[in-house]
Amino acid sequence: MESLMTDRRGMLQRLGTSGLSFLLPCMPQAAANRRGNDRPASLIVLWMNGGMSQLETWDPHPGTVSGGLTKAIATSAPDVQISHLLPGMAQQMHECLLIRSLHSKEGDHEKGAAFVRTGYNPEPTLAYPTLGSVIARQLPQATLQIPPYILLNPRIPVPEGGYLGNEWNAFRVFRPGEQVANLTATVPDERLQRRLQGLDVVGQEFARRRPLAEQLTLQQDLTRRAVQMMQSEQLAAFRIDDEPATLQDSYGRTDFGRGCLVARRLVETGVRVVEVTLPGFDTHISNHEGHITQCRILDPAMSTLLQDLRQRDLLQSVIVLCISEFGRTPRINPADGRDHWPGWFSCVVAGGGFRRGAVLGATPAEIPVGNPPLPQDPISIPEVYATILSQLGIDGSQEIITPVGRPIRFASAAPSLRLLQSGS
Amino acid sequence: MRWLTWISLPVLGLLLSAVVQTAGSVETPLSAPPAVPASQRLDAAVERLNQYFQQRWQQAGVQPVAQADELTVFRRVSLALFGCVPALAEIKAFEQDLQPDRLDRWIVRMLQDERFGRYFADRLARSLTGVEQGPLFIFRRDRLRDWLAEQVLADASWARMTRDLIAAEGLWTDQPAANFITIARMENEEIDETKLAGRTVRAFLGQRIDCAQCHDHPFDPQWKQPHFEGLAAWYCQATVSLAGVTDFDRDKAEQPVVYRITEPGRDSESGRTVDPAVPFNAEWLPATGSLRSRLAAWVTHPKNRRFERAIANRIWGLMIGRPLQDPVDDLPHPEDSAAPDALDLLGSEFRNRGERLSVLIRLIALSQPFNLSSESSEQDVLLLKQQQQHWAVFPLVRLRPEQVIGSLFQAGRVRMVDQNSHPLIRFQKLTSENDFIQEYGDAGEDELNPQSGTITQSLLKMNGRFTAESLKVDLLSGPAEVLQLSPDDATVIENSFLMCLTRRPAAAEQQYFLEQLKNNRSQAVEDLFWALFNSPEFSWNH
Repeated sequence: MESLMTDRRGMLQRLGTSGLSFLLPCMPQAAANRRGNDRPASLIVLWMNGGMSQLETWDPHPGTVSGGLTKAIATSAPDVQISHLLPGMAQQMHECLLIRSLHSKEGDHEKGAAFVRTGYNPEPTLAYPTLGSVIARQLPQATLQIPPYILLNPRIPVPEGGYLGNEWNAFRVFRPGEQVANLTATVPDERLQRRLQGLDVVGQEFARRRPLAEQLTLQQDLTRRAVQMMQSEQLAAFRIDDEPATLQDSYGRTDFGRGCLVARRLVETGVRVVEVTLPGFDTHISNHEGHITQCRILDPAMSTLLQDLRQRDLLQSVIVLCISEFGRTPRINPADGRDHWPGWFSCVVAGGGFRRGAVLGATPAEIPVGNPPLPQDPISIPEVYATILSQLGIDGSQEIITPVGRPIRFASAAPSLRLLQSGS
Repeated sequence: MRWLTWISLPVLGLLLSAVVQTAGSVETPLSAPPAVPASQRLDAAVERLNQYFQQRWQQAGVQPVAQADELTVFRRVSLALFGCVPALAEIKAFEQDLQPDRLDRWIVRMLQDERFGRYFADRLARSLTGVEQGPLFIFRRDRLRDWLAEQVLADASWARMTRDLIAAEGLWTDQPAANFITIARMENEEIDETKLAGRTVRAFLGQRIDCAQCHDHPFDPQWKQPHFEGLAAWYCQATVSLAGVTDFDRDKAEQPVVYRITEPGRDSESGRTVDPAVPFNAEWLPATGSLRSRLAAWVTHPKNRRFERAIANRIWGLMIGRPLQDPVDDLPHPEDSAAPDALDLLGSEFRNRGERLSVLIRLIALSQPFNLSSESSEQDVLLLKQQQQHWAVFPLVRLRPEQVIGSLFQAGRVRMVDQNSHPLIRFQKLTSENDFIQEYGDAGEDELNPQSGTITQSLLKMNGRFTAESLKVDLLSGPAEVLQLSPDDATVIENSFLMCLTRRPAAAEQQYFLEQLKNNRSQAVEDLFWALFNSPEFSWNH
């Protein structure tokens, strides 16, 4: 296969001499060489789309009616047990903080995802930005030539930028590990050069007639940045064919496994936020079987990701968050499924100074009658997000005036020391 | 391989018929639309609106820019009513029509075109039900959209449509207005009255009071929490069953149906009861009728200025891309004593002429602000913003996603893609639109809010398959036809510019592309279309 990098370098050299206004010089790439705390911080979100069952994963209740067929196994963290469906992650729990007491009011996929992704209850008149969008905006990365916020295998069509604007929407990659759509010109370099020259001629005519207004549109700037991205050597971060076959096997030869490997490469390159989606958790029917299938994909990918990040000395600067829009009911329905359950659910956080080998919160084994009570030691999504922002050096209490004139904080809660190593 | 033959034959047939149909329609020129009957002319109202703006410019000390040329205005109208640039065939016919009142006559014709019904229904549906998926089976966005298209094409009264939506009864399939109610059904199978109250006030009265669900409106003293609760109570009888949307009979029910508000975590019986109420002018409420029909009558009451101002503001936004008052659904309280503003002028004409959307559309399109150029030599940002604020220059507005793909699809063809196009082409357009918007990003419910562009969008336009398909020089494509039918290279360039940008090339552009056409002509034409598709001018209303 012809090397994309060689092509791009060649094209850059040729176009660089043409004086085209759409071209910018390639900026130095230093982020990838730094390690430990001395590198830009990033977040990887593993999004369990559809509503992951806490009982089949992070919060098993074996031997109870609600627990179903799932057994609990010991893990590398003392006194922490998780589902037997996650043997790989059982060996990594010493790196993780397990929170079993998240809670929400939203039992609908769209609204639940909106709440968990933004930390704010959805409102009809104001779209909130996702956590990733806030981070990408607040932590600009001058050396980055590819987008700072990337979704791999996304399933949620809602734009991420909310009131921050479209420019903070995530860049979407539908088949991670494969060639990214629309990043390569459909014509050879020389012809692309001619096309860009033609575009320059037409663009100049439009700008000549309305110089200031055209400048304010930033349209030409967008084109320049897109061309720059097409030429960037950082695009190599989207490829995994130069990764050892054994490592690819270890992540799993699935979209999610490839996504996790690409996520590692992207954060190494300096991308601020990567979200990898694993769809298929909406198990209203045959929940246990469904989670066997899901965990076979999740377990190798997530456990290898954590090992890989640790081996590369990236776990101090990269936070990994595995989360879902809600949990699933303690009651098993007549179709052997579990339905939506925002009453309590779990997430796992690793890296970035979060506590290691610990569990926070607990849920009752009994199936509640009527309105579910709050779980023991409840922890809110806004609290988790404020803490993530704080660990990334962002003040979540900072207010921003939204387009409708309302001042809103990036996080509606304060950071929590109990989630951090320094606070334990 | 016999199966292949059986499959291929119908496909080949469709293709051939597409060719024949396309070729046949070359000979059918578009006739000039007839004169607008005297009773429908809007001259006096347009004059009043223009006088209002002239006075406003004088008071603000801003100088309006020159008039735009009529082709540019034609492009604006086509983008607003069809969601795409005009076809080359339409441009030529428009230019050949030398009778008076050309623009108004063409707008009247466009308002009867199926493209207008479909495109405008989409816009209205967004304001009525947002873009969420809605409850499975019982929410049929397609039915609602089809109904709205029928209504706008029939030039129905917006007040009547509003009453049909608020008071709808019946199945979501054969009474499509009922989908305004069914989208509010929650997982527990009850109707979310608060959602309907918020939507009603936003869509029909142009006010965001959703926050008053929990507390008094922080900025507008007119809206307090009890107002919101009282409005929500009008929907308490609505229910969705197998028979569709119905109202519980308040008098015959074993227990009276009341609107009860329960604090979170408390037992539903412990809540307080709220009676239906309106925040102002209760005398507009009819004494009898179902709760929803009484609310609908109050919302659309001839004296309820908020109703006409809200739709006038939305239509202005849909025509220009930016509403007169931003955001589109958060209008200030209309003061009785104040001199009529542009929304009042538009609204009163709308009321006087049967509350028809077509009146607002024509009035706006014929007004001076709509016909001003977007070319301003202003070098100072603040002064330019002032010009824009007072509509003394046509604003540059980023096209919405459906306008970009609509234009990309149309600009790749010489003839209109409309109800007379071959089913294959229409199907191709529909799927292209859906796929493109998925990749480009949907503007969402608040589509009139300013939207910034993204790298994803630029990459999609530069390297995506939609661009590649529209610029390809092959059997049925517009670029191929331009090459074949234009007598010389200068005309090739002129036609390409008209198809994509609805204007002729400037001298520098003509000179540059003439040079390019001296070599591989097919490639040069494709490259020309690529440059035009990717130009800022293509993606902005101007």
